[in-house]
Amino acid sequence: MSVTETGPVTATRGERGERIHHRRDRAGVWFSLLAWVVGILFVLPVLWMVLTSLHSEADAATNPPSVFAPVTLEGYREFFTAGASPWPPLLNSLTASIVSTALVLLLSIPAAYALSIRAVKRWTDVLFFFLSTKMLPVVAGLLPIYLFAQNTGLLDNIWLLILFYTSMNLPIAVWMMRSFLSEVPVEMLEAAAVDGAGLGRIMRAVIAPVVMPGIAATALICFIFSWNELLFARVLTATVAETAPVFLTSFVTSQGLFLAQLCAAAFVVSLPVLVAGFAAQDKLVQGLSLGSVK
Amino acid sequence: MTSVAEQTSRGRTDAASRAGGAPRRAAGWARRAPLLPALIFMIVVTQLPFVATLVISFMDWNAYYPDERGFAGVDNFRRVFTDINMREAVWTTILLTAGVVLISLLLGLGIALLLDRKFRGRGAVRTMMIAPFLVVPVAAALLWKHALYNPEYGLFNGALTGVWNLFGADRPPQPDWISTMPLWAVIFALVWQWTPFMMLILLAGLQGRPLDVVEAARIDGANTWQIFRTMTLPHLRQYLELGALLGSIYIVQNFDAVFTITSGGLGTANLPYTIYTIFYNAHDYGRASAAAVVVVIGTIIIATFALRTVSSLFKQEPGR
Repeated sequence: MSVTETGPVTATRGERGERIHHRRDRAGVWFSLLAWVVGILFVLPVLWMVLTSLHSEADAATNPPSVFAPVTLEGYREFFTAGASPWPPLLNSLTASIVSTALVLLLSIPAAYALSIRAVKRWTDVLFFFLSTKMLPVVAGLLPIYLFAQNTGLLDNIWLLILFYTSMNLPIAVWMMRSFLSEVPVEMLEAAAVDGAGLGRIMRAVIAPVVMPGIAATALICFIFSWNELLFARVLTATVAETAPVFLTSFVTSQGLFLAQLCAAAFVVSLPVLVAGFAAQDKLVQGLSLGSVK
Repeated sequence: MTSVAEQTSRGRTDAASRAGGAPRRAAGWARRAPLLPALIFMIVVTQLPFVATLVISFMDWNAYYPDERGFAGVDNFRRVFTDINMREAVWTTILLTAGVVLISLLLGLGIALLLDRKFRGRGAVRTMMIAPFLVVPVAAALLWKHALYNPEYGLFNGALTGVWNLFGADRPPQPDWISTMPLWAVIFALVWQWTPFMMLILLAGLQGRPLDVVEAARIDGANTWQIFRTMTLPHLRQYLELGALLGSIYIVQNFDAVFTITSGGLGTANLPYTIYTIFYNAHDYGRASAAAVVVVIGTIIIATFALRTVSSLFKQEPGR
């Protein structure tokens, strides 16, 4: 009895389910197509930058655009050889980004430890103090730092910039490292302590494996933000300690055809960030959300 | 903020701190020691300059007239509040920040939903989407200004010409994008850079969604819109808030795009750019400092609300 009753019912359910599936598949194709179109639209300016950088100045500035013009490295050659050399600014940027990132890690990891694993009292207040410094407009501190640099002869000195970049990224790093350190299992820490493992051993065996990916994410974000910074670099540096973004702004002269060279310059300056960011896409998300998205 | 701190830090105090006396104090300092370098560094580098700004804001100090340096009282503040440029800068900053955050949040949500499905080339599309965020901001601003917006040979007008030629029409429209819609020109360039950021955060949020519940709802006959409105959106709420908050922190401070694309002209000068010009071009240190102080006070008021949002985000996180 029950068999004859349930039989047809399951059949119609199956049919309906399939029909829904078909409709969803067809909609799915359109959604996939849309995703591709949107993705291409967003990447198009970047591709256009690369393509233009590979064209001659005459082909770069045509209307309508000459997409299939012959490819040349003229723009890159011009960028590296004509006019001021871009190497000192690029090296300055590299120094500032790497040294400040190292300093940030050196300061933020112990701080994060004192805010998570062995937390001080009122640790949330401390955490929010760090975040609140990120909300203060940087221009508010610009003038006194400039005057200080002027009076101490630190103007146009890469170390002042390194110091400032460290303070710029430290709050982000503290937040990120804290969020990663709070993932360290307390039971394992206690078990290791009971077994008589010293602090160094606990660090290496228990904390490091959990935290290494977090350190990588933090370093990536700090590197990118230091590399990108323009306002302070522009005010605090001149010819000696000039960074790549500052060089880029001073490089633009609106005389004559320069588009291919400009695109080559923009691409060269962006290359370290593009490489680092693509290589560590998942780290990028963790870092940008201050470690709250894992 | 304090109430949150008290709630969460309760129960975290160690046995050592309850012991009392000298060992307790020593244990407290042992705990604090790793924190101190970072904390002191931050106070010295970010708070001391602000104290100096506060002092200078009450001074008559223009580098062009070094002899006239002295106490000015509230003169600088009076000039800041009566300065039409400052008032316009406040308005521009609000429009710019709200515009970029809202548009990139909405676009990011749409794209995150598109990417939250399995399809051929999903990884490739995700990678393409991230690219704009990885272009150095100054480079991106230069790219938009010269290679895309330029009325003579920019890609936008080039594409218009191409399309018009394709259909055999002559005289295609060739708008001068930056001078006809300067603020939007800046907003679009920034939206292009920040949509990937929002998309990444929201996509991570979507992928942390409990799928079995969604599947159960679908079997119970809920349609896609119902599922989105009653399940996906509430789940995404904290990620939307996080994206909006972090996006605002960065875009409020934007200098690169305004400086590069319009040089602050045509009504696009936001607060950072305006203060930069008072300081860097006019060398009026007193007035620049007063403006900075006003902006900081305004920021503190807004940030108090924003911080409440963040603390609610982290409230669910179990303390230990």
